[in-house]
Amino acid sequence: MNPIARQFLRDANAKAGDRQHRATVQRNIGLYDAAVARGKARFADWSNGRARLAQIKWDVVNHLDQYLEQFERQVLANGGQVHWAETDEQARQVIVGIARKHGVRKVVKAKSMTTEEIHLVPALEAAGIRTLETDLGEYICQLRGELPYHIVTPVMHLSRQDVSRTFTEKLGTPPTDSAEELTGIARRQLRQEFLTAGMGITGANFAIAETGQIALTENEGNIRLCFSLPRIHVAIVGIEKLVPRVEDLALFWPMLATSGTGQAVTGTNSLVGGPRCDGEPDGPEEFHVILLDNGRTRLLADVEQRDALHCIRCGACLNACPVYRTIGGHAYRTTYMGPIGAVITPHLRGLNDWAHLPYASSLCGACSAVCPVNIPVHRHLLHNRRSATSQKAGGLQAVFTVWRWFMQAAPRYRLGGWLARWFSRRGWAAPPWTDTRELPIPPAQSFRDWWKNQ
Amino acid sequence: MRVALFIPCFVDQFFPQIGVAMVQVLRRIGLQPEFPADQTCCGQPAFNTGFWDEARPLARRFCAIFEPYDAIVCPSGSCTAMVRHFYPELLGGPAAATTKTFEFTEFLVKELGVADVGAVFPAKVTYHDSCHTLRELGVKEYPRKLLRCVRGLELVEMAAAEVCCGFGGTFAVKFPSISTAMADTKIESIRQTGATHVVSTDSSCLMHLDGYLRRQKIPIKTLHLAEVLAAQ
Repeated sequence: MNPIARQFLRDANAKAGDRQHRATVQRNIGLYDAAVARGKARFADWSNGRARLAQIKWDVVNHLDQYLEQFERQVLANGGQVHWAETDEQARQVIVGIARKHGVRKVVKAKSMTTEEIHLVPALEAAGIRTLETDLGEYICQLRGELPYHIVTPVMHLSRQDVSRTFTEKLGTPPTDSAEELTGIARRQLRQEFLTAGMGITGANFAIAETGQIALTENEGNIRLCFSLPRIHVAIVGIEKLVPRVEDLALFWPMLATSGTGQAVTGTNSLVGGPRCDGEPDGPEEFHVILLDNGRTRLLADVEQRDALHCIRCGACLNACPVYRTIGGHAYRTTYMGPIGAVITPHLRGLNDWAHLPYASSLCGACSAVCPVNIPVHRHLLHNRRSATSQKAGGLQAVFTVWRWFMQAAPRYRLGGWLARWFSRRGWAAPPWTDTRELPIPPAQSFRDWWKNQ
Repeated sequence: MRVALFIPCFVDQFFPQIGVAMVQVLRRIGLQPEFPADQTCCGQPAFNTGFWDEARPLARRFCAIFEPYDAIVCPSGSCTAMVRHFYPELLGGPAAATTKTFEFTEFLVKELGVADVGAVFPAKVTYHDSCHTLRELGVKEYPRKLLRCVRGLELVEMAAAEVCCGFGGTFAVKFPSISTAMADTKIESIRQTGATHVVSTDSSCLMHLDGYLRRQKIPIKTLHLAEVLAAQ
C-alpha cells in the first residue's frame, strides 16, 4: 500500500471511531437535509431540471474548445485579460506575476476551491503578499491553519463553541455563544482589509461563453467586495465551468443553491463582466481571468468518464455520502473530497497514488441519486476500480483468478461452497470482519442440497 | 410461465432458509418455480472490485443458463441489479436475462399483482431499504406493501431507512472501521423505532447488521422479507 493510502486509512480509522465528530457532522448535515428537502419541494419537476442541466453541461463539455474560445473573445472585447494555465504552477506564476507588477502587498480572497487546488495562498504568502480569506468559514480555517472540511461549508465540522474558542485564542475576543456576534467579530476584522487591499481574487461558479462574464454565488457579500473594491480583480476559473448563455443561469442558480444549501437562490449572485468602464463609479481597473486545466483535459479525453466534468461543486454528494459523514472531509487529503473527489482525483492527480479513494465506498449510490447534473458518480467509482486493477492488479488478481475457476462449473462451485462452510464452522476467522462483527452461522446444507433432497 | 429461481451464491451456501422461504411463498400463490442447478455466482464480487475480465465469463454463463425461462426471480436486489443494470455495461450490450430478472418483491407486486400472500407474523418490524434494491431498481413501496398485508405485523419506519448499512461487499473488509461505524449509525436508527425485527430484501445487508448486533449483544433480529412472507 502506498503512503497516501496508508495515511488515509489512519485518518479514516481515527475519525470513524470519534463519536463527538460523528455527532457534530450528523447534526449539521441533518439541518442541511431538512433544508434541501424543503427546497426541492419548491420545484415543479426536479428530475426534469436535472436532465436539462446535464444536457447543457454535456453540450459544453463536448464542445469545450469552441465555448472556451468564444468566452476568451468576449472577455477581451469587454476589456479584460485572459491567461491560459495548463498546470497549477503556471497559474500561481501568473497570479503572483500580476500582483508583483502592480506592487500589490495585500490580497483579499473569496472562497474558491480552485485556489485551494492550486495552493495559491502559500504561494502568495511566500512572495511576501499578505492574503486574507474573507469568507467566514474560510477565515476560520485560515485562523486555525486548517484546510476546508467541505467544498461548500468549510467548517462544517465545527460547532459555535469551537468557533468562539478559535476567535478567543487567535483574536483575543471574549467568548460568545451568539452566531451573530461571531459573524460581527469577523466582519469588524475584515472590513478595513477590503479597503486597503490591492487585489481581489475570486473563483467562478460559472463562466458565460456568450458574454464573457463570470457568475459568482455567495451568501455573505464578501465576494462582491473582493471584486469591486481593489484595483485588480483576478478570477481563477476551471475550464469546465462554462455555460453557453446567461439564460442558462435561470436554472443553474436555483439548482446549485438548492443542492448546496436548500436555498431558493443564494443571498447574492453577481455577474462580473470586466474592468470599470468610463462613467462607472466602481469596479476594478483590471480584470484578469485565468483558465485552468490542471488535469481536466485528461478527464476530458476519457469518453467514458468525461461527464464527471459536469460537476458544479454543489457538495450534495458529500452530504449524502455515508462514508463522508463517517470519516469527514479532512481524511481524504484532497481538494475535492467525498464521492466526486474519489471520481476525479485519480484523474487529476494520478491513479497510482489515489486508487484507494474509489474503493473507500460501499457503492450505495446516494451520490448519484442527489447529483443535480446527473453524474453517475458511483458508476465512475466502478470505472476507476476497473482502471486501477488493469493498471496494477496486485495480490487480488490471484484471488479472483482462483475464484473464477471455482465459479465456472457447478461441481467446483459446490466444492468451494462446502469448503467455505466447513472452514467457518471450525471457527475460521477473517479479522477485518470478525474484529467487530460475528460471522454468520453456516448451515448444514446449502439451498441446492435442500432442493435436491425435498 | 416458466419461472426460474436465481439463488445468489452466498444465499445458497450461508442462508438457504431464505431461498426455501421464497420457494414456499411462490408455491403458495400457485407457481411451480424451477431451479437451474448449473447456476453459481452472477459475478458481482469481481465486477465491483474492478476485475471485469473475471466477471464477464460468469455473466455470459448466467445468460446462457437462464435463457430458456420466462422470468427469473431472485431474493436479492443487489444481484438483480447486477444482472439488470451492470451486465449490459460488462457485456457491451443488452442481454435477454437483463429484462426478465426480477427482485422477489417487485416480481410479486409489480409483475404478478400480489400483495397479500397469507402470511402471519406478529411482531414490530422496521424495514431497511437495501441500497441496490432502492436506488438501482427503484423499489421502495413493494416491500412495504407486502409487509402491510402480513397479519399481526406492525410496520414502523426508522428515521434513516435509506442510508447504507455499511456492508458494500469487499468494502466491509477493506475498510472495516468505516463499515462498522456505518453499521453502528444504522443500528442506532433501528433501535429508536423500538422494533424487534429489522427486515430487508438483501441478505448481505442483513448479514452485516446481524454480525454487529450479535457482537454488541443487542436483541434485535434480522430477517429477510421472504422469511416474513413464508411465516404462517
